[in-house]
Amino acid sequence: MTEPPGTVFLAAAPPADAPSKVLSAQRVQPLRRPGRWILTAVVLVLSAQIVHGLATNTFYQWDRFGYWFLRPTLLDGLLITLEVTALSAALGLFGGILLALARLSGSPVLRAASWTYTWLFRSVPLIVVLIFLYNFSALYQTLSLGIPFGPAFVTFDESRLATDMTVAVVGLSLNEAAYASEVVRGGILSVDQGQHEAADALGLPKRYQFTRIVFPQALRSITPNYVNQLIGLIKSTSLVFYVSLLDLFGTAQTMGATYPGDIVPLLLVVTVWYLILTSLVSVVQFYVERYYARGATRSLPPTPLQKFRTALRGLRERVRREAAV
Amino acid sequence: MTTGALTVPQAVPAAVEVHDVHKWYGAHRVLDGVQLTVRPGEVTVILGPSGSGKSTLLRVINHLERPEIGYVSVNGELIGVKRSGDRLKELSERAILAQRSRIGFVFQNFNLFPHLTVLDNVAAAPVATRRLAKPAALELARELLGRVGLADKAGAYPRQLSGGQQQRVAIARALALRPGIILFDEPTSALDPELVGEVLSVIKDLATSGTTLVIVTHEIGFAREVADRIVFIDDGRIVEQGPPAQVLDKPQHERTRDFLSKVL
Repeated sequence: MTEPPGTVFLAAAPPADAPSKVLSAQRVQPLRRPGRWILTAVVLVLSAQIVHGLATNTFYQWDRFGYWFLRPTLLDGLLITLEVTALSAALGLFGGILLALARLSGSPVLRAASWTYTWLFRSVPLIVVLIFLYNFSALYQTLSLGIPFGPAFVTFDESRLATDMTVAVVGLSLNEAAYASEVVRGGILSVDQGQHEAADALGLPKRYQFTRIVFPQALRSITPNYVNQLIGLIKSTSLVFYVSLLDLFGTAQTMGATYPGDIVPLLLVVTVWYLILTSLVSVVQFYVERYYARGATRSLPPTPLQKFRTALRGLRERVRREAAV
Repeated sequence: MTTGALTVPQAVPAAVEVHDVHKWYGAHRVLDGVQLTVRPGEVTVILGPSGSGKSTLLRVINHLERPEIGYVSVNGELIGVKRSGDRLKELSERAILAQRSRIGFVFQNFNLFPHLTVLDNVAAAPVATRRLAKPAALELARELLGRVGLADKAGAYPRQLSGGQQQRVAIARALALRPGIILFDEPTSALDPELVGEVLSVIKDLATSGTTLVIVTHEIGFAREVADRIVFIDDGRIVEQGPPAQVLDKPQHERTRDFLSKVL
């Protein structure tokens, strides 16, 4: 300290006209932050402008938005989007788990095969994969199950098997599996080596070790990353329009061609539906993450409802305190 | 059970027999011809400076580490390998896991399963190895938790417990498979000093119950109290072994004297 000790003593002593109230009994006044208030005001004004623009600009044609939003044609498209997303997400995750296990296995051939797959499908644009598959039946007319290079037991006619839906789901799943494998591998690697050792030392069967000990712990870090993937996937499904499957976006596009004046409201309908889907996924993510956080944190993060209740209680207490002063 | 040249011919097989085990990590030799016999019911404490190979020796016994040369047998049964003529062949993973389930192991860092409750941690192994049905396993788990003084923590998750409590759960988990022998790898080294006692007292109870114990530790006082035999290991070799009174009070070797003068 630079001041002479005497100054400190004087400064610390209460001024002569101090109120009789003891200092320690008083509440500390929070620091005023005028900069924060100004910024808050600016952001509020800007937000109001955006909302006002959205509401009043006739370019958006909200009446037409209302007309299209729940039209059965668009809802059919939405259903296709949901179906393609669900199937590709499930198949992609399953494929990703297999690829991750192959990548982590002791066999160099399995490791190399998994690496090559991921390398290939992460390098090729999804649209190329889809259009390639669309023309696949021209390359291989029949698919058969049997002994490799030997006789076939079952033979499929490829042109009948490869419906637009199949092409879309297979294409998206192939692509999704490549990304999911890295997400799953990262999750498995994040589990402490001591967990493997403890499971080994107890003599737990290998399958049990993976399904009950390692994977549930890996899911904690897999979930946020895979949901990220999933949201990307929901939007990627709009590409299936190019293999003549009419999903949400495809339907809007087709309607837009028939009603050129409604293109903007149709795009708004699509945007709002994608927003709703993404929001639903985020809500599910919160609860899945909360479930897998059991044991990882000492207490679980509160649900929005619990947070709301706590905030309400806090507010009530503050009001009571202020009123008492 | 195998007989013949590879096992010691005696009426009751040794609880643990480590026969001329060598182990390298790359160019570094960790174990250099270790020879050790543990009799059933005996409490053996392994002492030695850090990096001397004592943890590796313990991990070789339940085949968490594979010896390059030599073999280990537990209750007369070769661990991790089988005899085929005059050669040793590696066992299948499933067979090794079955052998490990008969040997308890307690880790320095507890390694409890954090996503399972304390009760499920203890009950998991008997259920997974199909020894007990779930209700019987849960009942056993409750009984064992009571034995280590944690009956009231059954529903808690491991991270909600103190280190000493976690280690006691880990001991209960090892006991759930009713192993004839339990290996302890520095069970108190990760604990705050005031928590060491509660874990040591649980191990002491086990020592008097007739279970074969092999304990790697730095707690010399505990070793003196509980051990039937002390093995001093340095540089991957057993330097000397014998009853505590002999090894701790009248060590024969310079290196043992040197080590004890530093830790006592």
